[in-house]
Amino acid sequence: MDYVIDCEKVSKVYGNISALRDINLKLEKGSFLAIFGPNGAGKTTLLKILSHLIKPNSGTVKINGILLHDEDGEIRKNIGVVSHNSFLYNNLTPYENLEFYGKMYDIPDLKNRIAEVIDEVGLTARMHDPVRTFSRGMTQRLSIARVLMPNPSIIYLDEPYTGLDQHAAMKLRDILKNLKKGDRTIIMITHNIERGLELCTHVAIQVMGRMAYFEKIENVDRDKFESKYFNTVGEGHY
Amino acid sequence: MDYFSKIWAIMWKDIRGELRTKEIFSSMFIFSLLVLVIFNFSIDLLEVNPLDIAQGVLWIAFTFSGILGLNRSFLFEKENDCIQGLMLTPVDRSVIYFGKMLGNLVFMLVMEAITVPVFVVLFNITIYDKIFSLIIVIFLGTLGFVTVGTLFSAMSVNIKAREVMLPILLFPIVVPIIIAAVKSTGLILSGSPFGEIVSWLKLIIVFDIIYLVVSFLSFEYIIEE
Repeated sequence: MDYVIDCEKVSKVYGNISALRDINLKLEKGSFLAIFGPNGAGKTTLLKILSHLIKPNSGTVKINGILLHDEDGEIRKNIGVVSHNSFLYNNLTPYENLEFYGKMYDIPDLKNRIAEVIDEVGLTARMHDPVRTFSRGMTQRLSIARVLMPNPSIIYLDEPYTGLDQHAAMKLRDILKNLKKGDRTIIMITHNIERGLELCTHVAIQVMGRMAYFEKIENVDRDKFESKYFNTVGEGHY
Repeated sequence: MDYFSKIWAIMWKDIRGELRTKEIFSSMFIFSLLVLVIFNFSIDLLEVNPLDIAQGVLWIAFTFSGILGLNRSFLFEKENDCIQGLMLTPVDRSVIYFGKMLGNLVFMLVMEAITVPVFVVLFNITIYDKIFSLIIVIFLGTLGFVTVGTLFSAMSVNIKAREVMLPILLFPIVVPIIIAAVKSTGLILSGSPFGEIVSWLKLIIVFDIIYLVVSFLSFEYIIEE
């Protein structure tokens, strides 16, 4: 079977600390994986490796069948990352930020594409205001617009709900629901079990650098998942 | 967009941001002005020939205020982790390096273009017949300084004491360029023919090329670590 994301025995060490230990992960096209886990479990490190920002110490990562670090530019074109940091320049306007990133991605008909994605996240009225005047929720929506612009087939979301109020979180959930439509493969790291389970097709729990639990959502008892999570994290022998 | 358009886009993004805040430029210019004024008041120009010290003062103003600019250069990329956003784009790492380097070069050249007239007035030096040679020396010296400075700026951005670390790392490396620039500026200001400064200019050009190649080759590893 062809997997969009295919990790085998991926490990990463920072000094004496093992951030990832023998991670195996295979995801098909259109999957939405929610990864839960305590702080320091290596979730962000995993996303950084999958998004080509850092290299693993051992193991192989294939994205769309291409070995990571073989075709750098081609792989990066297909990956979008939404982090708790927005990757946006505060002194520039949303239009200028998206125009800059659009040029980096060689997006054709850039002006229209910017208008489209800004409209999609509901920020058209603030298109020419500096990003520094934006609330956390608006910045996060703009960050999603930045990711949507090149229309990537893979999206990584690293704790996208961090710092959002209820209203902004609802709005973000609606945007994520839209992202899920189509063939996009999505991985989301979150501490919010309810929001994670709501959208995902696969669930994983990462503890101390290991993938301690991985299951399809249809095999997960949503009511008992919270206790499953605490039991898995609490075992601590990973 | 081709390679060069992307470099231009990164440079223009930095300039556009700077035009809004004027954070880098104002601190660089005020610092260079202060250096000139302090030296001007501390040295009795009736007893000391300005041409004996002027070139050194000018390059002290350039390099120390240049350090201020370089320190800020990658800090803007640290804000909101923009450097990661940039690294996630499908551009070659060298595009990021050249874009940032050219942005820094523009900031320094603008600062220098305003500093030189102030320097001429304060030190009562005539340069109108030497302006062309002076521009060449200042440009080449600044290019070398910024070339390696951008690399060290990227390297020191994650260090807590970056304001201290950058000059400590950078100055020993750029000493050959600074010495050659000071010497050739001195020769130009004292009215020596262009032929006399050619050997110093060659030295600057050789170091510019070495620094450019080394920075180009090593930037990818530095930025990824």
